[in-house]
Amino acid sequence: MTPRIDITLNVNGSDHDIRVEPRRTLADALRQDCGLTGTNVGCEHGVCGACTVLLDGEPVRSCLMFAVQAQGRRLRTVEGLANAEGLHPLQQAFTDHHALQCGYCTPGFLMLAVGTLERHPDIDDESLREVLSSNLCRCTGYQNILRAVRAVRDSRRLAREDAR
Amino acid sequence: MSGGHASSLAPGQRHNGDADPRRRFVGARVTRLEDPPLVRGQGTYVGNLGFPNQLHMRVVRSPVAHGVLRSIDTSAAREHPGCRGVWTGQDVADIPPITFRPTSVQGLEPYRQYILARDRVRYIGEPVAVVFAADPYVAEDIADLVTMDIEALPVLLSADAPPGEFAPGHSTEAGVLRKQFGDVDAAFREAHEVVEVDVRVGRHSGVPMEPRGALARHDHSRDVIELYGAGKRPHAHRDAVAALLGRSPVGMHFYEGHIGGGFGVRGEIYPEDVLVCLAALRLGRPVKWIEDRRENLLACNHSREQHHVVRAALDRDARILAIDAKLWHDQGAYIRTHGARVPDMAMGTLIGGYHVPAYRAVGHIRLTNKTPAATYRSPGRFESTYACERLMDAVAERFGLSPIEVRRRNLIRRDQYPYPRPMEILDHPVELDSGDFPRLLDRTLEHLRWDDLQAEIARRRDAGECVGVGMGFFMEKSGLGPVDGAKVNVDTRGKVQVVTGSSSIGQGVETVMAQICADALGVDYADVKVIHGRTDMIDYGIGAHASRATVMTGGATRMAALNVRRKALEFAAAHMIEAPIEVLDIVDGKVVRTDRPGEPGIPLGRVAAALAPSPEVVAFGIPGLTAEGWFETAGLTHPYGIHTAVVKVDPDTGGVTVERFHVAYDIGCAINPMLVEGQIVGGVAQGLGGALLEEFVYDERGEPLSVTFADYLMPTAREMPPVEVLLTEDAPSPNNALGMKGAGEAGITGVGAAIAAAIDDAIGKPGAIRELPVTPQRLRAILAGRPAGA
Repeated sequence: MTPRIDITLNVNGSDHDIRVEPRRTLADALRQDCGLTGTNVGCEHGVCGACTVLLDGEPVRSCLMFAVQAQGRRLRTVEGLANAEGLHPLQQAFTDHHALQCGYCTPGFLMLAVGTLERHPDIDDESLREVLSSNLCRCTGYQNILRAVRAVRDSRRLAREDAR
Repeated sequence: MSGGHASSLAPGQRHNGDADPRRRFVGARVTRLEDPPLVRGQGTYVGNLGFPNQLHMRVVRSPVAHGVLRSIDTSAAREHPGCRGVWTGQDVADIPPITFRPTSVQGLEPYRQYILARDRVRYIGEPVAVVFAADPYVAEDIADLVTMDIEALPVLLSADAPPGEFAPGHSTEAGVLRKQFGDVDAAFREAHEVVEVDVRVGRHSGVPMEPRGALARHDHSRDVIELYGAGKRPHAHRDAVAALLGRSPVGMHFYEGHIGGGFGVRGEIYPEDVLVCLAALRLGRPVKWIEDRRENLLACNHSREQHHVVRAALDRDARILAIDAKLWHDQGAYIRTHGARVPDMAMGTLIGGYHVPAYRAVGHIRLTNKTPAATYRSPGRFESTYACERLMDAVAERFGLSPIEVRRRNLIRRDQYPYPRPMEILDHPVELDSGDFPRLLDRTLEHLRWDDLQAEIARRRDAGECVGVGMGFFMEKSGLGPVDGAKVNVDTRGKVQVVTGSSSIGQGVETVMAQICADALGVDYADVKVIHGRTDMIDYGIGAHASRATVMTGGATRMAALNVRRKALEFAAAHMIEAPIEVLDIVDGKVVRTDRPGEPGIPLGRVAAALAPSPEVVAFGIPGLTAEGWFETAGLTHPYGIHTAVVKVDPDTGGVTVERFHVAYDIGCAINPMLVEGQIVGGVAQGLGGALLEEFVYDERGEPLSVTFADYLMPTAREMPPVEVLLTEDAPSPNNALGMKGAGEAGITGVGAAIAAAIDDAIGKPGAIRELPVTPQRLRAILAGRPAGA
């Protein structure tokens, strides 16, 4: 057993002081050590994207990072999306458009979509499909996931235009 | 309690004896009750659960496809300071092999799998030993220290090669299934034409996003073994695992949380499920096991691999006189819990929705040195539909008719239903309950604007594009009976609980049951909480598989809700409202007088409170606003559909782009069309995977080459075409009051058939596609005129 080291992970604005082996993946640290089990693990080799979280705003595979590498960075997970006022618009859109069935890939898709729309609010349909093709879903056939994300993009665009 | 329904009604006629008071939620596109915790990351997948002091189990798997297990060296593993136990086959020698479901097929017993290999290993990935540690990383370290001495034996990797030896005295041919009706040989003697196809489906499977897992603990205070992470058939599997452990069923309970996809493979009894229960019992600590993706692709059930030689005898008008099918089913290394169901269903459904006067099918169940195979969404039917539709396309080619015309001449007409077939599927007699396939074909062609589509394809071909269209017609089966039950109770705040023995595998069973209950009882569906997958809360249950839940458990839920409704009205009429029961109704959760519309009603919660145990209530009946309901049905329901694919082939790369996919499906009655469409579109995605991308490939030594998602390719958002769904309710089932038929498998059944036909059409080579998946390598070989697979 390798010696453990003390690190602090900042997740959804809260610091988590944890002691982990250097080999512990960020996904496992979030789930086991921070108690944030919303981030699911689907393949542990960076293909399926179920474990996608935001690292300083950028979607990353938390199974491909060690927890120690995330020290000093700002992490966001699915647990941070809803607030006291209710669901994040993407969470609501996923429900409204039936964009989930078993729900296992959903946290990863939500974080991928949140990160993408925050960084590229005007992303076009084809680029959006390309980005969302980086995660796997086995239930929905993706059609409703694409619809949900497009709906949020479009409503935000309308809101921005109205504000001008 | 109230009984079920007769099934002797004329085709298309609804059973109206127990008509629902009104329809508000049945048929509505309401959002799912399942979603709020799932979008918040509050799922109760088994990986998210844990108990204090738990151990983690790691499985040591065979690295050899076939061999004699000479010895296993566990000494180094035992010396590891974190080791809390190591077991090999010797340590679990008292546990019998894993049973399969009751079946009339004889002779399968010798082919069952032990929870840890004994004297032989038969596939790479077979559990040989398990280790236990407090930390999953450490358990993995310790597992790496277990070594084994295996004397390699020759491997058998093909179901149509000559059978070998499974064990002394037992051939690798575990059995031969036969089905027959009519005089097949006479039909072939008298045939005007005989057409034959030789077609194969590759090995692929459900591959849910959540890997398998299980968590067991022994609650000493009650002497109950609890298994978390159950699914699919909790009651049946609880009984089976209890029997394997020599325990009484009341000493074991299964708990189903969220499940990250079912698709037939999840929730079966695997060696690991039994091992965690046994370990919890023997080690006295909770034991958790979560597989990684490599293990999932190695050791979770595979499916589909089947070779078919099918021939048709035809009269001069291309009408079928007989079909004669031979198939070779690659079962993999062992017979698993489904027994012989997959080839049985393939043979039982191969002739689809066609009028076939004589039929014979012979199915060889062959064991190979590959991962054991079992059911995957639309088991047997994806394969047999593909084989049958390849045959029908070949008939069209031989007679110079369009594929559509050949179908028209052979589809069963509406007036022929109920349409009995003198054979059995899964030991049940076959009677197609209702249908109107020709009408669905008309609707499909209209919806697709068939003539425009053909004109556009012709225009694009003239411009040099390689495009084509193909169809797959399929007859599904769903709602396997005979009986299911449910309990409905209303609490003192008016909230409704439905306790079912069903299983939620992501398909939306909670929402669908809530919709059915809401209309039958007269409440809002959002006030209905649905329990599933809990053997401690209901004594019986059928789980969720084979598109049964909506028909069977939905039928039971409806009966129970109607019984609660009647009880509420009778009690209110006798004790709470001085009015005859005939003028009472339940609307929006309140008992109201229909003859006095303005009057405030009595909330059901108050009726429930008034039904608390008291001498007066006991004199009335059983206390509580609660009732059971039982639904029984004599036969299966048979939904049917047509898949249409438009594809474009790149002749240089052999790549296939699916441009458009259309599913027409008659479901009898859609409880929630949004969810039905979701099931269909998701099924299409999986079907496209099996038709074009997904394949478990082995090398000549039996080494699996598809053990990561980089090798086992599943469709992403980029590969998915727009899927159009035409949902019809032309042929409600006479076998239940709402006319329901199942939806779970409609999206996948005809995909292989439609894609094969569309690629044939695109490359202008009828009958060229004989093997799925149509990978770029295979298609390039076909285009170059080389034998496929070369």
